[in-house]
Amino acid sequence: MSNRRYTEDHEWIELEGNIGVVGITDYAQEQLGDVVFVELPDVGIRLTKSDELGVVESVKAAAEIYAPASGEVVEVNEELSSNPSLVNDDADGAGWFVKMHVTNIDELNDLMDEVAYSSYILGLQ
Amino acid sequence: MESTSGAHKAPLKHTPLNALHKQFGARMVPFSGYQMPVQYKAGIIKEHNHVRQVAGLFDVSHMGQAIIHGENPALNFEKLISNNITDLADGYMRYSLLTNESGGILDDLIVTRRSTDSGREDIHIVVNANRKDTDFQYIEENIDQFCTLEVLDELALIALQGPKSEEVLTRFNTRVADLVFMSSLETMINGIKCFVSRSGYTGEDGFEISLPASKTEDFTLRLLEEPEVKLVGLGARDSLRLEAGLCLYGHDIDTNTSPIEAALGWVVDKQRCELNSFPGAKSIFKQITEGVSRRRVGLLPDGPIPLRESTLIIDNVGREIGYVTSGGYSPTMERPIAMGYLEISHSNLGSKVWANLRGKKLELTVVSLPFVKHQYHRGV
Repeated sequence: MSNRRYTEDHEWIELEGNIGVVGITDYAQEQLGDVVFVELPDVGIRLTKSDELGVVESVKAAAEIYAPASGEVVEVNEELSSNPSLVNDDADGAGWFVKMHVTNIDELNDLMDEVAYSSYILGLQ
Repeated sequence: MESTSGAHKAPLKHTPLNALHKQFGARMVPFSGYQMPVQYKAGIIKEHNHVRQVAGLFDVSHMGQAIIHGENPALNFEKLISNNITDLADGYMRYSLLTNESGGILDDLIVTRRSTDSGREDIHIVVNANRKDTDFQYIEENIDQFCTLEVLDELALIALQGPKSEEVLTRFNTRVADLVFMSSLETMINGIKCFVSRSGYTGEDGFEISLPASKTEDFTLRLLEEPEVKLVGLGARDSLRLEAGLCLYGHDIDTNTSPIEAALGWVVDKQRCELNSFPGAKSIFKQITEGVSRRRVGLLPDGPIPLRESTLIIDNVGREIGYVTSGGYSPTMERPIAMGYLEISHSNLGSKVWANLRGKKLELTVVSLPFVKHQYHRGV
C-alpha cells in the first residue's frame, strides 16, 4: 500500500523521506479533459498548505492546483512544458507537477488515503 | 483543483439523444438548461480534429426551431431582423440578427425561406438555446397579426460536419449533393422526412438535419454505422466555431453589442438601416456612417497560455482598452487563440496589445478572422 495521500481538490502527494511528489489524480485529469498548458511555480518558492501551486489549462478551462502540504518547491516537472498532455496520459506517474520539501509531515494526516479518496470520488459521480 | 460542479435550480431538460450520449460514454454537463454532452471518450482535441479531417456528428437539439407562417411571413419577419430575406430563393437561408431598439443584438439566428407543399411561403428559424423562450415571446408579440409563430418542439436537430459529410450523406440520399452552402431541402433520408440544410457552426462543409424527435435516436445510430462518422461534443463545437471566427451569443455578442461593433456589418442591410425599417436601424446606421468606438477582433496570444473570457486587455502603458469574449486552445493551429473587443484605435490588424494574466504580461497580436479558413461548399 502506497503512502500516497489525496486532497478534496484532487491533488495527490506521495512522500519519499521529507520530499513529497505532487500531482493531480486520474479523476481530475479526466474531468479537465485535454490538458494544453501547465503553469508551475519556481523552484525555491515556499508554499503554505492550500496555497496556489499552479494552474492547469485544458481546452475548456483553467483550474488551480493547491499545495497539499506546506514546504519548499525543490523540483518541477520540466517535461510538462513541452508535453502537457502527460497529465492526461499518466496523471499518477509521469505527469507529476512538483517535488516539495515538506515542512511538517503531520499535515498529511489530514488528507485522505487511497480508500477514502476512492469513496470520495464515487460520492461525486 | 477547483471543483467545477454547480448547483442547478430547474431540472435539466433532455434532448432525444440523451440516452445515446450516455451509451457512447459522453460526459454530460448542464448547458442552456439542457443536459448536454461536452465530450465523449476521445476527448475534445481528437473530436475537433475528426471534424476538420473526416466527419463529426453533433446533437444540437437544444437549439430553438420555429416556423413563421401566415400572410407574407418573409416580409413581416424581415421587419424584426437586420438583413433581407424577401430576396431569398426558395430553400435558401441567411445568417441574421434580431435587434433591439437601441441597436443591440437580441440573438443571432439562421433564417430559411421555404415554399410549402401548398405553394405558400413559410420562414424557418433556428435560434440559440438559451434565448429561445425570450426570442419566441418577442417574435409573437412583435410580428404582424396575420402571421403566426409555430414552435417546433417535437423536432430534433443534428449536425454532420466535416469534409466527408457529403460523401456520407449521399449514401442515404443523392439529392443532398445538389445543395450549396446556405441552402436547404425537405427530403427523405433513411425513410424519414427531414429538413436538410448545408450549413453549420464549424467552418467546415456539412449539413444540419431537422427531423422528428421520436425518430432521431434510430437515425443517429444508423449514421454512426458509417465508418467516417463519430460523435462530437459541445466542447469541440466551441473550439471549432472559435477557429472559424463565429460568434457565440451571450459571449461575443449580446444586447450591449451592436452588429457594427461585432464586425457583423455584413449581416446588416444598409438601405433598410437608412429607411429605419427594423428595430435599432437608426442607431446602427449612425454607427455605419460615423464609426464605432470598439470592435470585435481576432487575438493571437504569444506563447502557450490560453486566454479565457473576461480577461482584460491593456495597451503598452497599462491602460485598459478591451477584453476577451472567447478564448481557448486551437487544436488545428496547436496554439491558443481568442476573440475580443478592442478600442477602435487598437483594432488594426497587426496591432500589439497585452493581457495581464496571473501577474504576467502576455503579448497579443490583432489578427483577421477566421483563424482557420472556411471550407463551405459554395458550388463554384
